Formats: sequence, structure tokens, C-alpha cells
Amino acid sequence: MPKMLMKGTEAIAEAAIQAGCHHFFGYPITPQNEIPEYMSAHLPEVGGLFTQAESEVASINMVMGAGSTGYRVMTTSSSPGISLMAEGMSYISFAEIPVVIVNVSRGGPGLGNILPSQSDYYQATKGAGHGDYNIIVLAPNNLQEAVDLTQDAFDMSQKYRMIAMILSDGFMGQMMEAVEINPRKAEDPVVNKDWGLGFMKERGKRHLALSMQLNPDMCEAHNIHLQAKYAKIKENEQRWEHYMLDDAELVISSYGTTSRICYSAILNLREAGYRVGMIRPITLWPFPAKGFENLPKSVKKILDIEMSASFQMLDDVKLATGCKYPYETFGRSGGNAPSVREVEDACKKALKN
Amino acid sequence: MGENKVFSVSKVWKGVQSHYCPGCTHGIIHRLVCEAIDELGIQDRTIGIAPVGCSVLMHAYLDVDFIEAAHGRAPAVATGMKAVRPDCMVFAYQGDGDLASIGMGEIVHAVNRGRPLTFIFVNNAIYGMTGGQMAPTTLIGQKATTAPRGRDIPTYGYPIGMSEMLAKLKTPAYIERVTVAQPKYIMKAKQAILKAFRNQVENKGVSFVEVLSTCPTNWGKLPLDACKWVIDAMMPEYPLGVFRDFDA
Ligand SMILES: Cc1ncc(C[n+]2csc(CCOP(=O)(O)OP(=O)(O)O)c2C)c(N)n1
Ligand code: SF4
Repeated sequence: MPKMLMKGTEAIAEAAIQAGCHHFFGYPITPQNEIPEYMSAHLPEVGGLFTQAESEVASINMVMGAGSTGYRVMTTSSSPGISLMAEGMSYISFAEIPVVIVNVSRGGPGLGNILPSQSDYYQATKGAGHGDYNIIVLAPNNLQEAVDLTQDAFDMSQKYRMIAMILSDGFMGQMMEAVEINPRKAEDPVVNKDWGLGFMKERGKRHLALSMQLNPDMCEAHNIHLQAKYAKIKENEQRWEHYMLDDAELVISSYGTTSRICYSAILNLREAGYRVGMIRPITLWPFPAKGFENLPKSVKKILDIEMSASFQMLDDVKLATGCKYPYETFGRSGGNAPSVREVEDACKKALKN
Repeated sequence: MGENKVFSVSKVWKGVQSHYCPGCTHGIIHRLVCEAIDELGIQDRTIGIAPVGCSVLMHAYLDVDFIEAAHGRAPAVATGMKAVRPDCMVFAYQGDGDLASIGMGEIVHAVNRGRPLTFIFVNNAIYGMTGGQMAPTTLIGQKATTAPRGRDIPTYGYPIGMSEMLAKLKTPAYIERVTVAQPKYIMKAKQAILKAFRNQVENKGVSFVEVLSTCPTNWGKLPLDACKWVIDAMMPEYPLGVFRDFDA
């Protein structure tokens, strides 16, 4: 497909269709309504089905049922809706069902507002629901990356049989950029008849997608199995970007939309002679601890910049760097984004302190 | 004279001992579901959805693909499955706490969408699994561990008649209330459950069968007294009958 100018939400939707997702379930919420709207318009063209659910509680359980058949399925929402999906995410994780979720996050807590925010990092990476489980969380900072990561999310969720989430925000959802979206298909839309429900005939025996284990030893064994899977993902799937890090005195940690603002600030600062660089986590879970290893000797301080009042990623950054640097934070929240100028000032201040 | 075989156990039944309390009628309803699947020859393309409630282990007894849904969410799970696999026969089996309380939203919308699905609703007027708390279907005056003086109208309103309520919707193909409290009723219940599955095989839309069932343990009754209570106390509140039938 040639490059096309597309809105973030629509690019994600088309990327999903091109990755073989022909079934979508979702409930309206701003700022992601274009995804269900796009799906309702285009899924019939590929023989798929769009279903508007009665709630996000229903959406997540619909994708659980749909995903349990082995087909590629997706739901999308924004922060308050993702909160409602917490229960379902926990059940899906126990049952090891591949599902892709997109969170076009917005200002919170509560109903908050419909403006971009990065205050769902904890919810995404620390587990929204109950129990010992994780989901893969991918955070693009431009639309081509959003397209590629959406398609990766389908591959990864099928490979590991778990939830993969795209964590973006209202900026990413609403902005327009040129993107190229190509078909990315698994060999077969039904990836695995070994466990897909409805293939008893092909398999010669039934399959159970259970979310309960009353026997404590067997429940523990299942937990150990899940943890082993998560450990493998931590080993193999960490992704990050280093930006102008080589001689940096100040390293910004930032992801998603905010990291784009930081690119511009860093360029300006470099021009003025400030040695500033950035580490941008692309996978938020697994957190790219490897990207924070062996930082150049020049690094004196880390400045965490997020659209969050509580700097939710900072703990992970500290853990990844062994708490051995001075750390500062800067950010805006509640639907506000930092300006390039504000980031520059925060960097200058951090370098002075 | 050759022998005349009048009964055999359905091959869908896994033949293991169940965990249900003695005298509980969940087991009879399971058997009727097995026989329906058997008679329609759909065992290898049926997907069952177990609820949260005493029948959470239903998958241990029926030899078909199964998924376990969260409490009340079976109708949403069913909707998702059927969307992707219209060729499969998808049924959910739910208790009254599961379907009429926490899952009220999901069942109403699944039935209203009308996609071909089969719902078996087991109404025993109480929460069995958690030990006898009040359900939305608990009768007026009926005691429960969370209604020790009996359910009263000013606090909790009237019992919810799910079949009557759902029959107000235009979409459903088939809604019937049956019971398994006596052999004569079991024969009717069997026909209803069979029809609810056959409707799906024939792509006729959504079917909902409410089965008045017993919970001798939490009702504090002997099994036979429990069956009698279904007839004497439950049936006046929950009259048996067909509430909707597109075929009729
Ligand atoms: C979200 C959630 N809330 C509460 C429970 C506890 N719980 C388990 S079964 C049940 C009620 C079951 O009653 P019913 O659906 O009537 O089925 P029965 O056991 O009577 O067959 C409840 C409240 C749960 N498992 N999950
Ligand atoms: S608690 Fe009640 S519903 Fe549950 S198995 Fe025992 S008798 Fe049956």
C-alpha cells in the first residue's frame, strides 16, 4: 500500500484489519470513537463482523469468547473503559487467550476529561485486574510506529497467548501523519487449532479454556507456568530507543507523545550546547531495563518527563538504573501536555541543580 | 424375546461423579443438555460456557469444548464466540445470581441482539455456591443467609421473572419456563432444551429456557421436600409455560 495521510485512530484500525483482525467489539468513548466507527464501516468488506457492545464489561468478555476460538480479535477504549475491562483481563490472562486491546488514554482520574494523558501506566503495566498476571504493553510515538506495533501486538498476543495492549493517548489518536499499512497475516487466520475452541472435530478431542483452578497446587503450578512465560517475554521482547545519548549529561526518560516533544526540546538544547539525551521505552511491559544498562559515564542525572502527576514510570526507571542517579521529574497532567519550551526549561533547571 | 433398550447414558456425559449435593437438580438439567447435544449430533461443534456458581465445573461433566466465564458475563462471551464461529453451537448455562443479578446487562443485550445462541437459566431462588444468600429470584418471605427474616418487598422489591421480562423484547425466538421437580415435568423440560438447541442448529435466533431447580442444601430441605417446594412455592410465582415461540 502506498503512503497515506491518516488519523491515528484510523491508522490503528486499518493496521489491525491488515493484520488479520476481522472481528471487533467495542463501546463508544472519546477520544477513540473513530476506531469502532472505522471497523463498523470496513470489517464487512473483509467478511468480518463488527459488534457494538453494551459496555466495556461486555466488550472485554466478547473478545475473550471470540479470541478463545483462535482468531485475531480486538477491542479498543479509553481510560475509564479500560478500568471496566480489568476483571475480564484477569480472566483472559488465566485462560491464556490472545486478545489485542488499544487504550487511547485520556485525563483522569474519574471521568476526568477527553484530553491526552499518560496516567494509565500503572493500570497497563502493573495489572489492572486481580491476580499474578501481566500483559504486553506497547507505546508508539508516531503513527507509522503505531501501525507497526499494532500489527506486532497481534503476532505477540498469538505467540504468547496473552493480552497485548497498545497504550497511546488522545494526541496519537487524533493527529494525522503519512503511514504505510501492509497486510501482515499469520499463515492462517486460525493460528492454532490445538487450543482454539470449536475445533474438537479437527483436534479429535475437546479443549477447555479455564479461568479457575480449585486445587491450590495446580493453581500454583499454573501461576508458575505463567511466570515462566512472562520471564521469557522479559528476556526476548524489550524494546527501546536511545536518542542522542552518547555524551549526554542529562538523560530524559519519556515515552509516547511526550517523547516527541522531548525530541524537539533536545535538538534545541543541543544547539545551545546542553548535553541532553533520551531513553524512550517502546515496550512498557516488559519494561526495557536493558535500555538503561551501561549508560555512558557522562550521565549525571535522569529527568523523567510524563503527562502524569505521579510520574508513574519513574519507579521502573529507578529500578532499571539501580537507583544510582539523582532523579528529577517534570510533567503536566489532567489533559495538559508539556510544551517544548517547558521541557527545555526543566532540562536546564535539572542540569543546574 | 430380544431385549428392548429403553435408556442409555448420553455419550456427551463424561461419566464422572459430580460434585453436586445429593438431591440437587443441576445434575438432571446437565443430563438434558447432554441428551439434546447427542440427539442433534452436534457434540464436536458445540462450545459450552460455564458460569460462576455451583455449575462452574460443568465442563468436568460434558465432553464438549468449554470456556469458563466471569460471574454473569457468559452471554457476552457467547456473543463473541458466535460472531467468529457461526458454525458452532454456543450455549451458556447460568444460575440466577449469575444471570439475573450481576449479569443482568449481558443477558438482556445478548437476547435482544437475537443472534442464534442457547441460554439455559437455572433458577433455584438462591445463591447456591456462596452458601445461600438472597438472589433476585428469592421469593417474598423466603429466608436466605442475607435475608434472615425473609425477603421483604420494601427493601428488595419483587422477585424478577426473567422469562416474562425477556419476553417483552421483540427479538427472541423462543422463551419457555420449565422445571425438573417431577418426572412429568422433566419430559417437558427435555423437549424445551432440545428445541433451544435445535433452534440454533436451524439458525433460528436466540432461545432461552428457564428451569426451576432445587437447592436442598441452602433451602434446608430434604431432596423430595425441595422438589415439592418448587411446585408449591416457586411455581405460583414463576408459572411454567411458553412465553415466546416463533414457530407457534
Ligand atoms: C465478581 C464476583 N462476585 C462474586 C462472586 C461470588 N459468587 C460465586 S457464585 C455466586 C452466586 C451463584 O449463585 P447462582 O448464580 O444463583 O448459582 P448457583 O450456585 O445457585 O447454581 C457468587 C455471588 C464471584 N465469583 N465473582
Ligand atoms: S449448593 Fe444448592 S445448587 Fe449448589 S450443588 Fe448444592 S444443592 Fe445444588
